[in-house]
Amino acid sequence: MTPGLVVLAGRYLDWGVISISVTNAAIIAAMVVVFVLALVAPFPHDRDDDGERRP
Amino acid sequence: MATVTRPAAGRRAPRTEWDSHDFPTRHYDLVKEFVIALVVMTLLTAALAAIFSSPDDKAITMARWAQADPNDVIATAAGELAGTTTSATYGAPYNHAAEGQSVLGVPLQKWGGVRIPVSSQDLVLQPLAGVRGDPALSQALGTWRGSTTDQQKSWASAYVDALDKAGGDPAKVATGDFGPVPALAAGLLSVARSGALEGALTSAGTFYGGDQTRSVLLLADGAYLEDTAVAQHLGGDQWGMMNEVGNYPGQPWMWLYTFWYQVKPFSTSDNADAEVWALMMLLTLLLMLVPFIPGLRDVPRWIPVHRLVWRDYYRRHPRT
Amino acid sequence: MSARGSTATAGRNWTVGLRTWVQGLVPSGQALPDRQPVYVASWIYVFGVLSLASFVVVLASGLVLTVGGSLWWHTSSLGHFVNSMHLWSVELFFATMVIHLWGKFWMAAWRGERALTWVTGVLLFVSSIGTAFTGYLSESDFTSQWIAAEGKDGINAIGVGAFFNILNPAQMLLWHVALLPLAVGALVVWHVILVRRHGVVPPLEASAPEPARVGE
Repeated sequence: MTPGLVVLAGRYLDWGVISISVTNAAIIAAMVVVFVLALVAPFPHDRDDDGERRP
Repeated sequence: MATVTRPAAGRRAPRTEWDSHDFPTRHYDLVKEFVIALVVMTLLTAALAAIFSSPDDKAITMARWAQADPNDVIATAAGELAGTTTSATYGAPYNHAAEGQSVLGVPLQKWGGVRIPVSSQDLVLQPLAGVRGDPALSQALGTWRGSTTDQQKSWASAYVDALDKAGGDPAKVATGDFGPVPALAAGLLSVARSGALEGALTSAGTFYGGDQTRSVLLLADGAYLEDTAVAQHLGGDQWGMMNEVGNYPGQPWMWLYTFWYQVKPFSTSDNADAEVWALMMLLTLLLMLVPFIPGLRDVPRWIPVHRLVWRDYYRRHPRT
Repeated sequence: MSARGSTATAGRNWTVGLRTWVQGLVPSGQALPDRQPVYVASWIYVFGVLSLASFVVVLASGLVLTVGGSLWWHTSSLGHFVNSMHLWSVELFFATMVIHLWGKFWMAAWRGERALTWVTGVLLFVSSIGTAFTGYLSESDFTSQWIAAEGKDGINAIGVGAFFNILNPAQMLLWHVALLPLAVGALVVWHVILVRRHGVVPPLEASAPEPARVGE
């Protein structure tokens, strides 16, 4: 390693061959959470929704 | 109200599925949805930018390189003259020194051709040629240019080996037949220290220097750039492709591309770049053609996530 | 022009041909309908429009960056903030686009002649990755140096580096601010037209819709 390096890496999670930055892991985790929420959260309906119109 | 119409009947094959225009409808405001989405994403972006900012690690200058690791500059200069550096032994598109990588025997790198010719010796000699007022350096350059290629190679290789034996420290190199090489290497270090090296490599002879090819190649031939990157967890074998300096977000979407570099056979292959690229192209093609691939296109039927998406519809319209 | 003349020349009139083609891209009334099929009732449907909105923020922040020039954001706090917005809008763009992709996969949204919509979506994903790559090469900071030095081997290994020199930031910047955004933008337009042309894909194993009632 070169002497005089003053840079610092961020925080990383290591698990076997996998190495991922905490920030990237947080982004991916947030995406999964948002995806699941999008599937299960109730979608608001307009008041007239009961009046479905046939084509 | 004529807002919903059937598409014109025509070349459609007999239908196995009902299509969207056959279904009852509800009010839905697409424009309002887009405007709200735009406002939300703008505010979210501004908030994230204000809270987390973005990285701006200064580019490494040649002067910083010379300051931080002068021995690395000397070793790189000697290597360029001896033809042993990465760029000197690269092949296409810079020179003919190597065959380059291939995929399944197809030499794509070679087929690209040598369209950006770079002489590694010139990465050292050209900046030195511009130095004025240094008679010793001018004499060293004259000696180098007046010698045969074999003699040049012999001097430079001997110096590279001697540096290696001395642990990279030029001051500890044993005496040997190095010709003008130590003076040339020291001369490059001096130019680098002065801050003139980037300009000499990118804009000498052309006022507008926008092409950093030669500067980056020289810098990358040294160890300092890679050491700095590895210290930041950006190395190719550290999943570096998806990482960013510090704790900033990187490119999470590169996870699969960079994954292959971490495992065999790619992690130990000389053709890893070409092989991983070919594999990713194949996988991208598979993703693109999912609608046509039996089995793959049936996964959503087997794992019924869609029951959640359309639970409201299935509840109101039970299957008959 | 008389009606008869119009009809007589319609067959070889280029303008009429183009007009007919444009009008046929999306069925009448389906470009901006104010109603959607009843099954369009899930938050997963908003991720397409969220990625479209993020793309607009990416373009807008990128355009503001072009005003100050390629080095502006290193020297100005306002420039740096706009650069931060550009970065984070890209992160949001990819995140929402990938969630959209997940959603469409599990809905098997390519059914009913919608395969090309899926294909253009995947092309959008890939071309966005390429555009982001040239963005990293245009940052003129340490990241650019390292990505150029390391990435060149991948590009050169397939022979493309001979024409697309990632060590040349001037070339990369122009690709990043002109060629690639145009390509991504054109794909977005194509993708959205296809979505409006075919409508939202019906539920898997949907029961037959009730026949239309006269007078409704």
